[in-house]
Amino acid sequence: MANPSAVCNGHLHHQKQNNNLLKSGIYKKNGITKGMKKNGVSNGTLYKKTFIEHFEQAPMYVAVLTFLGFGVGTVFGYLRDFMRAWGLEKRNIAAEREQQKDFVPLYQDFENFYTRNLYMRIRDNWNRPICSVPGPQFDLMERVTDDYNWTFRFTGRTIKNVINMGSYNYLGFAETDVNALKTVTIELEKYGTGICSTRQEMGTLDKHVELEKLVAKFLGVEDAMVFGMGFATNSMNIPALVGKGCLILSDELNHTSLVLGARLSGATIRIFKHNNMQSLEKLLRDAIIYGQPRSRRAWRKIIILVEGIYSMEGSIVRLPELVSLKKKYKAYLYLDEAHSIGAVGATGRGVVEYFGMSPDDVDVLMGTFTKSFGAAGGYIAGRKDLVDFLRTHSHSAVYATSMCPPVAEQIIRAMKCLMGLDGTTQGLQRVRQLGKNTRYFRRRLHEMGFIIYGNDDSPVVPLLLYMPGKIGAFARRMLEKNIGVVVVGFPATPIAESRARFCVSAAHTREMLDTVLNALDELGDFLQLKYSRYSKSSHPELYEETRLEFED
Amino acid sequence: MDIKSMKNYLYWLYCQFELITCSYLMEPWEKLLFYTFNIAMLVTVLYAAYTFVSGHLSMAFQFFWHFFGNQRENTVPIMK
Repeated sequence: MANPSAVCNGHLHHQKQNNNLLKSGIYKKNGITKGMKKNGVSNGTLYKKTFIEHFEQAPMYVAVLTFLGFGVGTVFGYLRDFMRAWGLEKRNIAAEREQQKDFVPLYQDFENFYTRNLYMRIRDNWNRPICSVPGPQFDLMERVTDDYNWTFRFTGRTIKNVINMGSYNYLGFAETDVNALKTVTIELEKYGTGICSTRQEMGTLDKHVELEKLVAKFLGVEDAMVFGMGFATNSMNIPALVGKGCLILSDELNHTSLVLGARLSGATIRIFKHNNMQSLEKLLRDAIIYGQPRSRRAWRKIIILVEGIYSMEGSIVRLPELVSLKKKYKAYLYLDEAHSIGAVGATGRGVVEYFGMSPDDVDVLMGTFTKSFGAAGGYIAGRKDLVDFLRTHSHSAVYATSMCPPVAEQIIRAMKCLMGLDGTTQGLQRVRQLGKNTRYFRRRLHEMGFIIYGNDDSPVVPLLLYMPGKIGAFARRMLEKNIGVVVVGFPATPIAESRARFCVSAAHTREMLDTVLNALDELGDFLQLKYSRYSKSSHPELYEETRLEFED
Repeated sequence: MDIKSMKNYLYWLYCQFELITCSYLMEPWEKLLFYTFNIAMLVTVLYAAYTFVSGHLSMAFQFFWHFFGNQRENTVPIMK
C-alpha cells in the first residue's frame, strides 16, 4: 500500500517495492498535506510498521454541488414550514394544545428544522427492524410508508438473507449455532436471566469473578472490572476517576459516551484536533505552564481520552507517540477500545498489541463486549489499585444492575476461543480472516475509485457520499440488491461529508464480499460516487512510472 | 439501438440532476414546483439571449472596430 517513492516533509523515502500500486500520493492544498501520511522519519523508530491513513479530499465541484443540494433542501424546508405554520398542510410533529399557546413555547420549532425537513424524507433507511441474529446475513421486516416516512406499517413479509454490512460483528461471534452456544444454554438454565441487584449489594456472581479474571489475563493486566452496559461504562466511570480541578484532553471526534462522562465529571475539558499529536502536545505544554485558569495552581490530574478505532473515520489512534507524550508530560491515558478489541492486533488484543506495546503503558484500558464478542457490556482494566478503587467508587457499581449470567458466559466462551483455551485454533483463524477480509475489501474499494477514509488495517470502512440526495438513493438501492448498509449524515458527521459505513466481519465469506463489491461497483457508476483521483487503472503493467513529488 | 442507448443516457442524466439537486427526495407536487421554476428561468434566459445578445454583440463589434483603427464616419452612435 506504500507509494514506491513517497515524499514526506521534504525527505525522500525509498520504500520496499510493493506490488500494490495504490496511487494515494501526497498533494498539497493551501500548505496542508492531505492524503497519505507517513510518520516513519519524523519520529525515528516509534512505529514498527508503516502507518498509512487516507483522508482524501474530494474535487471542488463535489463540495459546490453538495451545498447546492442542501440549499435547495433548505429552501423547500422553509416553504413546507411556512405551509405548516399557515395551516395549508397538516402538522405531523408534536405541537402544543390550543390552551397553552400563550405559555412559554414548549417545542422550539426551528431547532428541529433539519430533522423535520431533510431527515424525515429519508428516514426509512434507519431503524429498520430485523428479525434474526445479526450475523453475516440477516432477515429484515419489510415496511412501507403511505405518507412520506411520517408513519410506517409492516406488510408482514420478511426480506430474507440480506448481506449484513452494518453490524459490529467483527469476529463473527453473533451466531446461533447450537454447538457454539452449548455452555451459554447450560448457564442460562442454571442461573436464569435476571440478577435483580447491583454489584455492591448482591449482584456479584462467581461468573463475574471468572469473567474479570479472564479479561485481565486476556489483556495482560493485573485486574479488570466488567459492567452491564458499554455506554454506561464510560459515562459512569470517568466521573469517578476525575473531578473538579482536573484537566481532560479529549480528541475532537470522541464518542458521545466519553463526552458525556467528561462533562458529568465537572473537570475542565480541552479538545485537540483529531489524532493530531502536535495539537495535543501544545495543549499539554500550555496546561503545565499556565496551570488552572484563575488560580494558576497545577492541575490535580491531566487525563487524555482517546479511542482505539474511531468508528466514523476508521482511523487508528497514534498510540506510540501518545504514550511517549504522556510519559514526558506526566499525564494519564484512558484508551477506549470499543471497536478495536478483538478486531486489530495479531491475536486480537487491540491497538496495544497492534503497535507492539506493553499494556502497562496505558493507565486505563476500557473496552466493550458489544462489538467483537457478540454480547453486551463493557470493562475497565488496569492496575489492581485502579480497579479496586472503581469497585467502591464507580456509580455503575453502586447503582447499576450487573451483567446477566448468560451474557457473561457468552463473553467467556468467546474470549476462551480467542485465546485458544478451548483447544482449537478457531479464535486465531477468526482474527486472521478478519484481517484478510479487511485488507481485501479496502484494497478493492480503493482500486474502484471510491474515497475511503481511515487506516488500512481498520475493519470500519467509511465510503464518502457527500451529497444529501445520494444518501437515500444509496441505501435504498443497496437494499433492493439485498445488501444492508448503514448511511450516516449530519449531525453525526460534518455537514458536507455524509458517508456509508461498512463493518467487515470475519464471518463474511469471499463470495459475500465479492457480491457486495460488484454491487458497489455498479452503484458507484450509476450514482457517480467514484470521486477518487487516485484510482488504479485496470492494467497494472502499464503503471510502472516512479512518482516523485517534492514538497516546497 | 442507438435511440435506446441515447434514451438510457438521457434517463441517467436526469437521475443525476435529481440526485444533485435533492429533487429525488421531494414529493411530486414539490417536484412540479421546482421543475416549473427551473424551466421558467431557463426559458427566460434563452429568450433574453436570443433577443438581446446578437444586438449587443454587433454593437460591441462595431465599437472595437472603430476604436482600433478603421476611421470611417459611422452612422451608428456608440453606446457607452
